[in-house]
Amino acid sequence: MSAELKQSGDKPNLPPDTKMIEVFIMGKRYKVPATLTIQKAIEWAGFQFLRGCGCRGGICGACPTIYRTKDDYKLKIGLACQTVVEDGMYLVQLPFVPAQKSEYHIEDERPTIAAIEKHYPETFRCVQCNTCTKACPMDIEVMQYIAEIIKGDYKKAAELSSSCIMCGMCAARCPAELQQFNVAMFVRRMYGRHVLPKAEHLQKRVKEINENKYIPFLDELGEISHDELVERYKSREWQPEPYEDPNWQPKETKYL
Amino acid sequence: MGYTPELNELIKIVEKTRPERIRQIKAGHSFPKLSLEERAEVLEKFHPDYKKTGRCPILAGPNKGDGKFYPEEFVELLHSGSRLKDIEQFEKLIQKPDYETDVLVIGAGGAGCSAALTAMVNGQNVIITTKLRMGDANTVMAEGGIQGATQEVDSPYYHYLDTIGGGHFTNDPKLVKALVNDAPLVIEWLESLGMMFDKEKDGRLKVLKGGGVCRRRMHSSADMTGSEIMRVLRDEIKNNPDKILPIEFAPAVELILDQDGKCMGAILYHLETKVYSVVYAKAVVIATGGFGRLHIQGFPTTNHYGATADGIILAYRAGVRHRFMYSTQYHPTGAAFPEQNIGLLITEKVRTLGAEPVNRNGEEFVFPLEPRDVESACIIRECIERNNGIATPTGRLGVWLDSPMIEILRGEGTVKKALEAKYIQFKRYGIDISKQPMLIYPTLHYQNGGIEIDEWGDTTVPGLFAAGEVAGGIHGENRLMGNSLLDINVFGRRAGKKASEYITAGITLGTPKLDHVKKFQNELKEAGIETDELSPMILPDYSNPKVRERQLTAKRFGTLQ
Ligand SMILES: Cc1cc2nc3c(=O)[nH]c(=O)nc-3n(C[C@H](O)[C@H](O)[C@H](O)COP(=O)(O)OP(=O)(O)OC[C@H]3O[C@@H](n4cnc5c(N)ncnc54)[C@H](O)[C@@H]3O)c2cc1C
Ligand code: SF4
Ligand code: SF4
Ligand code: FES
Repeated sequence: MSAELKQSGDKPNLPPDTKMIEVFIMGKRYKVPATLTIQKAIEWAGFQFLRGCGCRGGICGACPTIYRTKDDYKLKIGLACQTVVEDGMYLVQLPFVPAQKSEYHIEDERPTIAAIEKHYPETFRCVQCNTCTKACPMDIEVMQYIAEIIKGDYKKAAELSSSCIMCGMCAARCPAELQQFNVAMFVRRMYGRHVLPKAEHLQKRVKEINENKYIPFLDELGEISHDELVERYKSREWQPEPYEDPNWQPKETKYL
Repeated sequence: MGYTPELNELIKIVEKTRPERIRQIKAGHSFPKLSLEERAEVLEKFHPDYKKTGRCPILAGPNKGDGKFYPEEFVELLHSGSRLKDIEQFEKLIQKPDYETDVLVIGAGGAGCSAALTAMVNGQNVIITTKLRMGDANTVMAEGGIQGATQEVDSPYYHYLDTIGGGHFTNDPKLVKALVNDAPLVIEWLESLGMMFDKEKDGRLKVLKGGGVCRRRMHSSADMTGSEIMRVLRDEIKNNPDKILPIEFAPAVELILDQDGKCMGAILYHLETKVYSVVYAKAVVIATGGFGRLHIQGFPTTNHYGATADGIILAYRAGVRHRFMYSTQYHPTGAAFPEQNIGLLITEKVRTLGAEPVNRNGEEFVFPLEPRDVESACIIRECIERNNGIATPTGRLGVWLDSPMIEILRGEGTVKKALEAKYIQFKRYGIDISKQPMLIYPTLHYQNGGIEIDEWGDTTVPGLFAAGEVAGGIHGENRLMGNSLLDINVFGRRAGKKASEYITAGITLGTPKLDHVKKFQNELKEAGIETDELSPMILPDYSNPKVRERQLTAKRFGTLQ
C-alpha cells in the first residue's frame, strides 16, 4: 500500500459514494459534495477567492460566513474554512466589517476605565443582549469580556478574548454598535504591556546580550572544526522535563 | 460526526497501552533517540526530499548549473514568463510613480511588519504592500511558539548548537549567530509591544522544549503564538498611519531597478480592480513568506492561501540567487482526519507537552521530539514500510498522536488551556482531543531555503533586502520549531535597520528600468524554454477542473483572471 499515491494537494479526497447536495451561494443554487467545507464548496462551484479566504485553517478571520439552514429561521455564523456544508444551506460571506480603530501610543496609555472611555466610548452602550457571543465563530464569551472591560478588569477581558481572530462578526451583529474586537485588542496589548509583570530574567539576559557577552562563544563555534562542532552537538546536556527533575542544573556552565 | 466506529475500535488499542507508556515516561524512559547515522538512513529512504521523481535542475538565471535538483513545482515558476508580457507598455508605466516612499516592504506577515516598524523607528517613511489582507500570512497560523535563550540554564551558545545540528550542519554560521544572539532582544521587543506571553505569576516566561533542542526555550501565547504576534504587530502598524501606509490586495509582481542596478521600487497588481501601479522606494524589503501552496510532491499543506514563492521569483529575475530551495520541511503532524482538516497543522507543542506518536498496535515507534525531517520520515516509514498505519475513510493513512497523555502528565484541563485553538478546531468535528487521540501524517510546512542574504538581510542587489521565510540559509536543510517566528523578527528588524542606514548614507535614484526582466526572458529563450505560464503565481487555483473547462472566455494570467 502506498500512501503517497493518495497525496492530492489541497483537493479533497472524495470516495465514489460521496453524496451531492444543494447549497445556495448568495441565493444561487449549486450542487456540491456533501463533505466539503463551505470554502471548498464555493471553489468547487467555480469561484476563485480574492476576498474571504486567508489562512484556510480557521485562524485568520478572513472567511466568516452568514447562513441559514433548511427549515430553521436562525441566522448562523461560521468560518467558511471550518464549517461543512449542509443540504439547503443559504449562505453569504462577509469578508469585511467596517470598524474604527483608535490610534494610540502604548507607552503613554494606562490600563484604566478612563482609557476605554477615551478610545472606545461606545463600549459602555452594551445592552447585554448576548448577540455577539452567539455570533462568535470562536465560541468566545464576547458579552462577558465586554462586561469585564466596562468594569475595568483588563486581566479577565484579555484572557476571555485571547482567541479572538478579529473576524468582526460580533461587531456586525451588535445592536449597540460596539467594536468589540478592536477594544479587546487594545485591552490585550495594554494587559501584556502594563499589567502582566515584566520578565526580570529577560531584562538580565538582554543586558548581557547588549554587552556582547555571548559573541566570543558564538565566534568560537564558528571557528572550531566541523568534527569538533558535531562533537559538541552530540555531547549537549539534555534538560529533563519538569515532571522528571524540576531543579536540574547543567554541569557545563562556562557558556551560560 | 467524530470518529467512525472502526476508528473508535482502534482507539481502544491506544487506550490499552497508554498507562504503561505513561509509566515509562514518568520513570524517565523515553523511546530511544536515533543516532546521527540512523537519522541519515531513515531520511534517505523515506523523506520526500530524497525522492528521485518530481525534481529537476534550474536552466536559467543565477542558480543555473548549480548541480542541485529542485522541486518541479518551484522550477516551473522560475521557468515561467513575467506577467509584464507587453514589456514596453510597462516601461512606459514605470516612468511615473503612483507612490513614493523611503522603504517599500513587500508582504505583511511577521517579517514584513517587523521590518516596517523598525524602518519607521529609524526615521523612514514606509509603504507595506501585501497580497491579501495585512496578516493573511503564515505568521498568523503559527501555533507552538518562538525560541530564545532567555533562561539562566540556557544561553545563545546552546541555541546555536541546537539550530545548526538540527539543520544537519548546513546552516550559514553567520546567520545562525545573528539569530540566536538577537533572540532575547526580540522576545523583549514583543513583550514591550504588549504581547501576551505565557508567564508565571512573577512574570517569568514559561518555556517548553521543542524537537531537537537541549533546553527549554520555546515561548508561547497559548497555541496562538503567531496569531498573537501578528495581531500585535499589525495593531502597531495601524497606530502609525502617518508613517506607514499599508496597501492591501496589491501583490508586487516585478521589481524596478535603475540603470545602475539599484533596486528602486516595484510594480503592484491590484487584485480587485486589475490595475497596475508603480511604487518608487529608496530601499525594498522582500518579506513574502514561503511556498506551501505549490504542493510539492502533491502534499497537502499547513500554509496560508497566498504562500506561492512570489518573492523568490521577483528577486531571481533581478539576479539574486537562492539557497537550499531543494530542501522542504514536512511537518510530522498534519491532520489526516477529518478530511475537512486535511494537512492542517497540529502543533509540535502537542508532543512537547507529552503526547506520543503511536502506531496501529498502540506502540511507540519514534522518539517524539526528533528533528522534524527525521520525525516525518519515521512516520512515513511506519505507515509505508512497516504497514502499521491507520487507514482513514477517505483513503489516507496516518498514525495516532496520543493527546490524552497530556492530561495525565500535566493535569486535567491542560489541553483545553494550552491548546485552545486546536481544541476548538477538533471539537467542531465532534472530536475531543483531551480524551481522544488525533490521526496525523506529515504535511508540507515550510520552505527551508530562500533568497540569499547576509546577516543584515542584505542581498547582492543594492537596495534590495529580504527577511523571513522567503530568505534562506538560516535553517540550512531543516528548521527547528520556534526558530521561524524568531527569524522573521530578527531578520525583519535587521533588514529594516540596514535599509534605513543604506538610505541615510545617501541614495540617488536613477532612471527606472525593467532590463533585468528582459534579460531574464532572453535567458529562458536561450535555454530553450518556451512557455505560456506566467509567474509569480499569486494565488493557487483550486477551482473545480470540470467547471474550469467551461470557463471558456476567462483569460488567465498564471492562476488569476
Ligand atoms: C500552520 C503553521 C504553524 C507554524 N508554527 C510555527 C511555530 O510554532 N513556530 C515557528 O517559529 N514557526 C512556525 N511556523 C512558521 C512561521 O509561522 C512562518 O515561517 C513565518 O511566520 C513566516 O513569516 P513571514 O513574515 O516570512 O511570511 P508570512 O507570514 O507568510 O507573510 C508573507 C506575506 O507576504 C504576502 N505576499 C506573498 N506574496 C506577495 C507578493 N507578491 N506581494 C505582496 N505580498 C505578498 C503574503 O500574503 C503574506 O502576507 C508555522 C507556519 C505555519 C504555516
Ligand atoms: S470576538 Fe468577535 S471578532 Fe473576535 S472571533 Fe469572536 S466574533 Fe470574531
Ligand atoms: S451584541 Fe453588543 S449590545 Fe449585545 S451583548 Fe454584545 S456588545 Fe452588548
Ligand atoms: S480562511 Fe482564515 S479563518 Fe477561514
